[in-house]
Amino acid sequence: MEITLAHYLVLSSVLFAIGLIGVMRRKNLLMLFFATEILLNATNIGFAAIAHFHNDLTGQMFAFFIIAIAASEVAVGLGLLIVMYKRTGKIDLDIMTSMRG
Amino acid sequence: MFEVVAFYLFAALTIAMFTITVMTSQALYALTAMAAGMIFISAFFFMLGADFLGVVQIIVYTGAVMALYAFGMMFFDTTRTMVEKRENPRTIFILGVLAATLVVFIFISPIISTHLETQYPLEAASGNSQAIGMILFTKFLVPFEVAAVMLLVAMIAGIVLAGKKMDKSLTLMAEEEIALMGANEAKPDSQEGAH
Amino acid sequence: MEIYLYIALFAPLTGSLFAALFAASPKTSVTGIVASGLLFTSFVSSVILLNYVMAGHTVHVEMMTWIASGDLYIPFGFVVDQVSVVMMMVVSIVSTIVHIYSIGYMDHDKGFNRFFSYLSAFVFSMMVLVMSDNFLGLFIGWEGVGLCSWLLIGFWYHKESATWAANEAFIMNRIADLAMLIGIFIIYWNIGSLQYDVVFSQIANLPMPIITWIGIFLFIGAMGKSAQFPLHTWLADAMEGPTPVSALIHAATMVTAGVYLVVRANPIYDLIPEVGTVIASLGAFVAMFAATMALVNRDMKRIIAYSTLSQLGYMFVAAGLGAYWVALFHLMAHAFFKALLFLGAGNVMHAMHDELDPFKMGGLKKPMKWTWILMTLASVALAGIYPLAGFFSKDLILEVAFVEQHYILYSVLLATAGLTAFYSFRLVALIFHGDERHLEHGIHPHEAYNFMLYAMAPLGVLAVIAGMVFKTPYYEMVTHLLPAIEYHIHNHTTFWIMTIGTQLFVIAAIAYAYKKYAKAVKVDAKVESGFLYQLLYNQYYIPKLYDELFSKPYRELSKLAWKQIDLKIVDATVDGIANVIYRTGEKTHTMQNGNLSSMLRWMVIGLVVLLVLAIAFTVGYNAVTMRAM
Repeated sequence: MEITLAHYLVLSSVLFAIGLIGVMRRKNLLMLFFATEILLNATNIGFAAIAHFHNDLTGQMFAFFIIAIAASEVAVGLGLLIVMYKRTGKIDLDIMTSMRG
Repeated sequence: MFEVVAFYLFAALTIAMFTITVMTSQALYALTAMAAGMIFISAFFFMLGADFLGVVQIIVYTGAVMALYAFGMMFFDTTRTMVEKRENPRTIFILGVLAATLVVFIFISPIISTHLETQYPLEAASGNSQAIGMILFTKFLVPFEVAAVMLLVAMIAGIVLAGKKMDKSLTLMAEEEIALMGANEAKPDSQEGAH
Repeated sequence: MEIYLYIALFAPLTGSLFAALFAASPKTSVTGIVASGLLFTSFVSSVILLNYVMAGHTVHVEMMTWIASGDLYIPFGFVVDQVSVVMMMVVSIVSTIVHIYSIGYMDHDKGFNRFFSYLSAFVFSMMVLVMSDNFLGLFIGWEGVGLCSWLLIGFWYHKESATWAANEAFIMNRIADLAMLIGIFIIYWNIGSLQYDVVFSQIANLPMPIITWIGIFLFIGAMGKSAQFPLHTWLADAMEGPTPVSALIHAATMVTAGVYLVVRANPIYDLIPEVGTVIASLGAFVAMFAATMALVNRDMKRIIAYSTLSQLGYMFVAAGLGAYWVALFHLMAHAFFKALLFLGAGNVMHAMHDELDPFKMGGLKKPMKWTWILMTLASVALAGIYPLAGFFSKDLILEVAFVEQHYILYSVLLATAGLTAFYSFRLVALIFHGDERHLEHGIHPHEAYNFMLYAMAPLGVLAVIAGMVFKTPYYEMVTHLLPAIEYHIHNHTTFWIMTIGTQLFVIAAIAYAYKKYAKAVKVDAKVESGFLYQLLYNQYYIPKLYDELFSKPYRELSKLAWKQIDLKIVDATVDGIANVIYRTGEKTHTMQNGNLSSMLRWMVIGLVVLLVLAIAFTVGYNAVTMRAM
């Protein structure tokens, strides 16, 4: 039995689904960040797998940039979280209702 | 054979770790499970011949990002169990699985996979890191520089956001002081809103 | 020489734009002076060009490419040749004088600056019309003239009658312009170019019916602009505009455009003499028709307007009979004395505080001596008394009709000449002679500003000498381009009998007019209630007929469309769509509960929907391509 591209893509999709469930399920903002990290990692596996099986480096480059973006997202996001926590003492999604239409 | 075993092992481990991350109600469990999941993912990168990416994954995610989260969690009260309101867990599950199924369907359908073309082929002679360096500093130079600037901006933003009023601790302040501070801060905000 | 062409063309535009800058600010005489000065520049350039053309050259420039698409190539090209230079001279002289005159006439008007902006734009459009070297450029000028006439006739837009007249003129002209556009399309379809030189050199190769249709459609266009029957009603109603505008419309800029078009397209009309005969017959009919309406009218400006209509009929007779140079010559001579007549009428109107009924005037000879002299001069010229301008141009048309052996046309025109003399002097006698009836209305007339009279003086001089002095050089110049046919009655006895007979007839008509109106005015109630008088007074009931025949049914149709179609179908549809959206919003605004968690859930739902669509599209696309294979 051979491991093909499809195996990796299915794995990537499964991880993505886990991430999505987390995004929808979590109310704690820190946990929500974790879920988004899972989403990003799932796509990274997909990119790396395609790069390998199509013998093309572009996929790896994309994964590389995604990691850079994830890093900066964490830096800014955590900063915002801290500010929010200082203001309200909570990091719960349900208290953010200023966008109510 | 070895590859097959490794793939299924790491796949199972990764899925398990990430499921814990998503499902647990203990923040520390979630953090630890995610750090483990990240390292397991780097195993896939090594298996796929993307050595450089695997190393970056371990250093950046497990080293930097996780450390940042850990430091961030010190600000928050993470010892007690998180209380989260749950709404329609079944809907969430169905949506997630549906999305994943659709994506899989798209990926494995022949029209996608047969239309991919190689742009920057791997060179067997040189190592992976060398090849990445070649491409990163030729074809992807501009995005690379932009990413660098973005990281710098993110760093400054993080410092500014988190560093403001570091000297005050809300948990140690009296209720009145917090209310007073909130009122002072709310004033400029309300004025901005008026504009 | 090209620089003079550009100056002649663009000086009026500059004046218009300059005056437009001040359109919203209070009256400044600077606008009037600058606009007049620039028109004078245009006039000087035209004179220089005239000299150049007299020496036997022509100027042809291509300023820039306008439309270049596939085989269609139309440049912004301008040509100054023997025909267009005559028109340029007429337009620039008359409009310069009208501009200077307007500085005085519009002195107390709030829209002074706006007026000059429109007036100069009007002249610019006319210049484009006469100088263009292709049919489409002519059409642009044609439409520009139509637009400016709409602006100027409706200049006093607070008066309902003025806006009505402006719309009438505009709509009448649109009807005719459609025909003209069709004519231009036919030309392009069959020849593949709209340049005059190309069209005229190839027109003879076309089959006869096509040439006929081109001629007919172009003439319908000319009929609208030159107010020929049945599209004539707008001309008299256009008197709602300020009087200098009437002078400009009637003398130089607008109504002459139709005659110019026929003269310009003479190679086409030469090939279709049958259409020419129709044009001539229509012209003679309009000459008579308008003159009879002028006989009984009680509105000073309308009388002069009908006389214009009548004279345009003369021009079309000449053009229709192939005597293009005669038509153009009469156009020129007519421009001078008709402008003079209108400007004189403007003076009278000012003196009488906008009273238009000549029966309420009388005896103005004393307070307004110079206006009297100038208007009498213009009327004599219009009547065609030797040696004034009208004699040389109008009697020439009579001779043309005689020589071409169209004796019916000749007799109609002769009778019309008598009518013309009668109504012209009826007007002069009523205004300037007899009792001072205006005293009853408490009006004390005064003469116009001196500079207005000085401005009119050149027109007076031209009305006297234009025929005598200009005829020979004009003939020599213009026959380079137009068919050179001399119209001479070979039998000397016939010639002298005809000339003297016409003169005597006209003088008798003048004398009768003086006798009837110069002393006391007796109103004969029996005649006035008679059928014929009422028929003429009501303009043959044609406006009423148009009203009943077109306006009212159209109004009913519009009402029906409004009540049934617009309200019940269009509005209901639009409201229905709005309601659906509104209700959807009402129902779904709970989605926007501000909770980020539920927003994320919605986002995922959107993602799933998009993925489904992507798959459905791909599958459908594959199915189609597979079937195609």
